[in-house]
Amino acid sequence: MSAPLPLISLRSVSRTYRTDGVAVTAVRNVSFDIAQGEIVAVMGPSGSGKSTLMNMIGLLDLPSEGAVHLEGANVAELSEDRRSSLRARSIGFVFQSYNLLARHNAIENVALPLVYCGVGRKARLARAEASLEAVGMLHRAHHFPRQLSGGEQQRVAIARALIASPLIVLADEPTGALDSRTGAEILALFAALNRTGQTIVMITHDPGIATQCRRTIRLHDGELVSDETTAGLLPKRSAVS
Amino acid sequence: MTMFQGFQIALHALRLNPLRSFLTMLGIVIGVASIVTVFAIGSGAQLRLQEQIRSIGANVLMITPGAVYQGGVRLKDGSKLTMTESDVQAILEQIPEIQAAAGSIAGTAQIIHESKNWNTTINGTTTGHFMVRDWQLATGRYFSGTEEASAGKVVILGSTVARELFAPGDDPIGAQIRIMKVPLEVVGVLDRKGPAQDDVAFVPLSTAKLRFLGSASNINRDSVAYIIAKVAADGQMAGARSEIESLLRQRHRVPAGQEDDFKVQDPAAAMEAQQGAIRTVALLLVAIASVSLLVGGISIMNVMIVSVTERTREIGIRRALGGRMRDIRLQFLCEALVLCLLGGAIGVAGGITLSMTVARMAGWITSIDGEAIGLALVFSIATGLIFGFYPAHKASRLSPIEALKTE
Ligand SMILES: Nc1ncnc2c1ncn2[C@@H]1O[C@H](COP(=O)(O)OP(=O)(O)OP(=O)(O)O)[C@@H](O)[C@H]1O
Ligand SMILES: [Mg+2]
Repeated sequence: MSAPLPLISLRSVSRTYRTDGVAVTAVRNVSFDIAQGEIVAVMGPSGSGKSTLMNMIGLLDLPSEGAVHLEGANVAELSEDRRSSLRARSIGFVFQSYNLLARHNAIENVALPLVYCGVGRKARLARAEASLEAVGMLHRAHHFPRQLSGGEQQRVAIARALIASPLIVLADEPTGALDSRTGAEILALFAALNRTGQTIVMITHDPGIATQCRRTIRLHDGELVSDETTAGLLPKRSAVS
Repeated sequence: MTMFQGFQIALHALRLNPLRSFLTMLGIVIGVASIVTVFAIGSGAQLRLQEQIRSIGANVLMITPGAVYQGGVRLKDGSKLTMTESDVQAILEQIPEIQAAAGSIAGTAQIIHESKNWNTTINGTTTGHFMVRDWQLATGRYFSGTEEASAGKVVILGSTVARELFAPGDDPIGAQIRIMKVPLEVVGVLDRKGPAQDDVAFVPLSTAKLRFLGSASNINRDSVAYIIAKVAADGQMAGARSEIESLLRQRHRVPAGQEDDFKVQDPAAAMEAQQGAIRTVALLLVAIASVSLLVGGISIMNVMIVSVTERTREIGIRRALGGRMRDIRLQFLCEALVLCLLGGAIGVAGGITLSMTVARMAGWITSIDGEAIGLALVFSIATGLIFGFYPAHKASRLSPIEALKTE
């Protein structure tokens, strides 16, 4: 049985930052694959290079050495414009601090990636409604970020990440700013998404959250220290403490 | 992202800060308003001059008295009437390029018709005057030979005078009017030639001398105050002019080396020169107004740079969500363009209002042409592009990762 082409594959990826002659290697010689439909937790202490890794998977950054492949294509060989439009269509970002545009309401925020996919306004708003509905936020469509709680803002941000039906959702500590109850709800949302086949990579500090993902990648000082897949099924929402 | 979406985003952003947006575009508003106003006043002045040039008639030379020497003392130009009716005759007969010529004397007087009266210029001349100036009659006729020869009591009215003295629908022809107690019959009313030209009444030269100005000390029976002459073709103007000059020098016995006691002028050429001067002044003023546009552009650039800094995180978010560098550039360029276009539009409206106010208060003619408005708008678009480009470029060059890290 030949293995299907991985969605993402990292081969000996390193990323070195150079500031004032001082070189900091944030990610060192990391290799792994992510297949379609996986949900992966990335763990590690602060400064271990998790965000740096995520930025490279999300086509926001390029490795200093090694290669990142998205659906078999070396992203470093794509043009900047092509990487941008791949971000619009194939990647959904969820940030710890939500990163909604304060001056736009929820539905406009959700529709934003479609602006860069060349989708017309009517279709954008229709799809944004569907996306908000999927995260249970349709009733707040015309509210501005400041009128929403952290958990609600994060749901809107997830709706935005999902709107273009991306290949992969990348979440950098999506529950980091939320209390444990709300965090659990957001996590349940990710779990539900993953059950529909959505590939998800999630950075987390919370071991409890990580254990609920089938696979956990651990980084330390930029190096991959473990990559474990547990056989356990994702917990039901009721099991989340 | 399309241009249209760029404008949508720009309008959205600018609406959130209306006061700041307005203050930002104020320089453009002032610059464009000044340009439009200067153009309006300048081209109004040109129109007025053109009308005067047209009213004089094409290819007309005007001969006025020049310096006179009495006992070696040079008297002021025109202090003595040096031209005569026989000069007119000589010019007509001896210079083939001259098609028509007429001498005139003029003064002002009150004209009375029944209960109405009007103060206007009374010009004593011959029918040749109307030929020189291509001035047609609206109704009636010109002077007859007998009337010209024998000081006939007849008058031809300019259209303004006719309007002031006669009720609409009243036929002036045949009516009796009085000038300095002398009763005259209206035999003609002239076509309109322009507001400055139509306020005049013509009587035969002989009538003016005999009945109105006869007592004036510096008038002798043969004198005229000025002569106008029509040259057959444009290309003959210079030749006709020098022929008239040598003819009159000879007739007036001006000694060689002494200044002429007359001056031959080409009023249309003089006015054209004046028109050129107006154009130069207007261009100068436009150049000054453009400085305001420049200042406006710098102010826009300044605000845009601040705005880019303030919105670094937004830029990072847009880049992460798939915005290309050129999308970010377009977004900010559109903002600068909208500011400039809006400022330009307000400026055009302000300029039109201002020049109409000036026209009403100062009584100047102003003329607003599409060309000036188009030029002003092109200027503001150019300002937006030039001064918006740097901030927009800067925004597009931000690293998305760094931009997302800023607070
Ligand atoms: N632009 C940069 N210039 C220099 N060094 C950087 C830069 N960005 C990150 N680093 C360094 O790279 C290392 C990894 O940073 P990274 O943000 O990936 O860590 P992280 O695992 O996401 O940490 P956290 O859990 O605190 O978010 C850190 O030592 C950091 O100081
Ligand atoms: Mg991080």
